[in-house]
Amino acid sequence: MSQNATYEETSTPRVEDDEMYGVMAEFRSIDHLISAIETARERGYRQMDAYTPFPSHDVIHALHLPPSKLPWVVLCGGIAGAVFGYGLQYWTSVIDYPINIGGRPLHSWPYFIPVTFECTILFAALAAVFGMLAMNRLPTPYHPVFNDPQFLMASRDAFFLCIEATDVKFDRDAVTNLFNELEALHVADVAE
Amino acid sequence: MADEPPPSSVAQQPAPVIAPGHTLATVTDSIAQIVLTENKARSRYWLYGFAASFALMMLFFYAIGVLLVRGIGIWGVNQPVAWGFAIINFVWWIGIGHAGTLISAVLLLLRQDWRTSINRFAEAMTLFAVACAGMFPIFHVGRPWLAYWLFPYPNTMSIWPNFRSPLVFDVFAVSTYALVSLMFWYVGLVPDMATLRDRAKSKTARMVYGMAALGWRGSTKHWHNYETAYLLLAGLATPLVVSVHTIVSYDFALSVVPGWHATIFPPYFVAGAIYAGFAMVVTLGLPVRYFFKLHDFITDRHLQNMAKVMLATGLVVGYGYLTEIFMAWYSASPAEEYMVVNRVSGPYAPAFWALIVCNVIIPQALWSHRVRSSPFWLFMVALAINIGMWLERFVIVVISLSRDYMPSAWGEYVPTFYDWATYIGTIGLFFTLLFLFIRFLPMISIFEVRTLLPDAQASPDDDDEEEDGA
Repeated sequence: MSQNATYEETSTPRVEDDEMYGVMAEFRSIDHLISAIETARERGYRQMDAYTPFPSHDVIHALHLPPSKLPWVVLCGGIAGAVFGYGLQYWTSVIDYPINIGGRPLHSWPYFIPVTFECTILFAALAAVFGMLAMNRLPTPYHPVFNDPQFLMASRDAFFLCIEATDVKFDRDAVTNLFNELEALHVADVAE
Repeated sequence: MADEPPPSSVAQQPAPVIAPGHTLATVTDSIAQIVLTENKARSRYWLYGFAASFALMMLFFYAIGVLLVRGIGIWGVNQPVAWGFAIINFVWWIGIGHAGTLISAVLLLLRQDWRTSINRFAEAMTLFAVACAGMFPIFHVGRPWLAYWLFPYPNTMSIWPNFRSPLVFDVFAVSTYALVSLMFWYVGLVPDMATLRDRAKSKTARMVYGMAALGWRGSTKHWHNYETAYLLLAGLATPLVVSVHTIVSYDFALSVVPGWHATIFPPYFVAGAIYAGFAMVVTLGLPVRYFFKLHDFITDRHLQNMAKVMLATGLVVGYGYLTEIFMAWYSASPAEEYMVVNRVSGPYAPAFWALIVCNVIIPQALWSHRVRSSPFWLFMVALAINIGMWLERFVIVVISLSRDYMPSAWGEYVPTFYDWATYIGTIGLFFTLLFLFIRFLPMISIFEVRTLLPDAQASPDDDDEEEDGA
């Protein structure tokens, strides 16, 4: 981590209270991060987010995140796809363009299954991808946490926890002290 | 010879999925540096490979250029064999693509963690193979500039596609497959794009990777939805991959041509697709592992496992061949019986016997632990399977069509220069895309490999039930 020297200088300018996004700390391992989250929650902080280089169920647990609502979005997408696929075939083959093909009934439903199935999968998959992006509010090119130069390491091997200024109990000095108490590698104010 | 169960696990200790001693930092750096740092020797190899592939891709463009000017008469297809190389190659490429989805989706759901270091590569292979596959039906329709007629859209002719045709199923299946594979691949890439954005030295690279990363910041709230989406996509891709090759087999099975009209076709095609796809992953993966020194991530465990999957699916395919012969006799239909006689002793018999050698006999070498753990022999067996699976499609398409019910309508098919040029040209297209992928994107999923490391495991304490994802 060659940037250790630079962050001290860049993070020193004091951020005004009304421009604060939060206070962020880096922890040396996932265990430290999880115990930091637990301690912060015990102290009553709720508005916080952890930043890790990989998904971890233990961190999700520690933050007490509610189950993702994405499966419902995907279910709706799948149902919409099935209705669209079958409806398209029924409408075109029975109503708009009824034509005798090899003596088969106009509503030859077994033949309509493959396309219905493919449309179900397609719509559900689109719902999963775009639903996930929408719920995560991505793309978000700018975000305050990127202001901490050390944050580049969050996509490599660093674990960050940010307690946000929107928390009712938020107080810059108290949070900074808490992080120091928890043996954070470095603590920084995050400007809005 | 054909239907023994796959071998039970060898008594030895399996090799690790990642070489010991790696940390989050070393994994990130060693994969990211392949893309981000110059390496003289490596760039030279890359350039040779890319130049050769690019030349073959130009051959493809030439063949297609002539095709557009003169029409598909330049191919060998005619009555009765109207489905020559175009359909053979279409089915072959689609089948190759299937292993990518299998590795990334099915093995994810089965919690096979060894998939992690090969899934990105295999997914890219899927995408490029589907792109190559798509070329054939588009140009085979004769007037490719009207290929959009395949889709149902309100038009001034007031007609709609015939949804009772498996060829229309194909349009939906293949385009859904291409789109879902693309989304699955891209979603998997997003966190790694962020890693490259944060590691890149040049401003352009930072901007391009930064845009592709969509502002990913590794937030746990994001990971939570992300993991759910990834699992759901895997769950959707799994039935999709089975349905796609099932529908491809309907192109044959729903007709009445001898040798095609068989209920064995869907499972036999799906097994064949997995077989061909794993062979292709091995064929591509071994040289990449060698040139980019990825032995830490693609370990002997991967080779062993892929070899075992090839052996098992190869036996299923061999069983399919036996069933076809049995059903031809059991059907008591003279046309079906003659189809088998024609396969083993007709004008295309060499193709059939070469297929049996490549797909049934040579892969039996994989029973040997020595062969499975030798990169060279494994590569040779995989190459044989690639050829064998192509021959299988040749045998199915050409032999059945060339001699069906009426001897007066028999005819033979001889591929022309342009058939070969188009086929070999798509191999060039495939490798061109693959070389670009290797150069500009991380070919191993960095964030997923991180999850396998000891650093990523929280030490177990008080109240944790592990699984909770979706």
